[in-house]
Amino acid sequence: MDSEKLTDKILEIVPEAQQEENKQFLTFLIPPDKLKTLTTHLKEEKELDFDYLFCLTGVDWGTELGVVYHLTSTSLNHSVELKVKTDNRETPEFDTVTDLWMTADFFEREVWDLFGIRFTGHPDLRRILLEEDWVGYPMRKDYTDEVNIVEL
Amino acid sequence: MKEIINLPVQSIEEEEYHINMGPQHPSTHGVLRLVVTLQGEIVKKLQPHCGYIHRGIEKMCEKDTYQQIIHLTDRMDYLSAHINNHAVCLLVEGALEVEVPERVKYIRTILDELNRIASHQLWWSSFGMDLGGLTCFFYGLRDREHILDIFEESFGSRLLHSYYTPGGLMRDVHPNFQKRVKDFLKYNRKKIKDYDRILSGNVIFLERSKGVGVLSKELAINYGVTGPSGRGSGWACDIRKKHPYAMYDKVEFREVLRHEGDTYSRYMVRIDEMRESMNIIEQLIDNIPEGDFSAKMKPIIRLPEGEYYQCVESARGELGIYCISDGNKNPVRMKFRTPSFVNLGVLDKISREMKIADLVAIGASLDLVIPDIDR
Repeated sequence: MDSEKLTDKILEIVPEAQQEENKQFLTFLIPPDKLKTLTTHLKEEKELDFDYLFCLTGVDWGTELGVVYHLTSTSLNHSVELKVKTDNRETPEFDTVTDLWMTADFFEREVWDLFGIRFTGHPDLRRILLEEDWVGYPMRKDYTDEVNIVEL
Repeated sequence: MKEIINLPVQSIEEEEYHINMGPQHPSTHGVLRLVVTLQGEIVKKLQPHCGYIHRGIEKMCEKDTYQQIIHLTDRMDYLSAHINNHAVCLLVEGALEVEVPERVKYIRTILDELNRIASHQLWWSSFGMDLGGLTCFFYGLRDREHILDIFEESFGSRLLHSYYTPGGLMRDVHPNFQKRVKDFLKYNRKKIKDYDRILSGNVIFLERSKGVGVLSKELAINYGVTGPSGRGSGWACDIRKKHPYAMYDKVEFREVLRHEGDTYSRYMVRIDEMRESMNIIEQLIDNIPEGDFSAKMKPIIRLPEGEYYQCVESARGELGIYCISDGNKNPVRMKFRTPSFVNLGVLDKISREMKIADLVAIGASLDLVIPDIDR
């Protein structure tokens, strides 16, 4: 599917989605409560068929926390980038996509571990890289650790 | 005596118990801990615990310049250091729209493929050793030594090269480079036949690998298992074919695919891939054009504001880099989508209902490199 048709299709499913400028991928900013609806449509609909989640990234933009999803279809060869953002730095929370793409399991655990973003419905949300008793979320921009991080 | 006989007979196979494989276990090839739930000898569940050598590379990248980041990527997948360097270089060159000289493209492709062969040889050595064939270990390491010698002659390091820079290479290759690579190809063609004779047709090996740890194509895509492991399940996921970079769109090579999805097909994909890598090198080694070994670059690299994604085919699968830049000399966010981290996720799924001895074979066939998981 070419990018114009894909844009129309996504805007039809989620009219609130905002398209962002990006040279490489078709990029959309999605309201967090619409994430589940959109990803389910993208995965399940035969003409979209986004079966491969190749990257899931947690990002701290300074004031906002969020997640970036990179999706592609192995049969139809089209890709899309989805972003969700939230201002809530105390208890950020998004819906999980592990029920659609199992590869999200480890990715989401990593984002929880390093950014402290919860994923509702994740089967086993534990820290993955750091120890269980680690305090704080090191990849956040406001994280300070006088012992383990040496400022040069 | 009577009382003992009348005790209820309780089979050990009815109870579930846990054992820890690792963090110090020869078959995990590093510090990875697998908590295995067993019933008798049968694996019921498996939980990987990683992070023993987590160094916070992504966090360090936020303080580093792009030239410095290259040195960190060596330390992720240390067996395909050139290919990791290549990913960062392509990201920077793509963002700045720099065209690198032809000579650089040729040399980079040859070195990537040499690195892939070296990586697969080490994998073959340790795979054989895990299944009890110690001869493989000696044979594989002996042949890999030739590649490391070529590397050492040209740029002084054997494992962590950091030889690529944004725009080109650190310095030109050694004058002996072409001759030594050609000698190595001649030598290695013979040796790969030996690999087949020692292991590929061995009855014990076939018994232990055929039908073990079957991964279907649908599952491979759903779990994102790329590289030779994914191609063993029939998924054409080679980045060199899908998004060609360097010289890969100008050379002829076959994307090795197998459809059984078991440990044996993952094994055979890697063996055949070594041959394909040699074919690629053979097409390029005589035609390396003369010219500069680097394009002109500014000493301080600032990427334009925006987001960039670059993927390359490392020896283990798709290595993706997602970078957000705000126009400064260091990135806001640098995410490495490392193949071993993603491939580890499928280990639980495909080793269930298998024997614990098979778990060693399955784990080895996924070719996990632990620093690549932990970063």
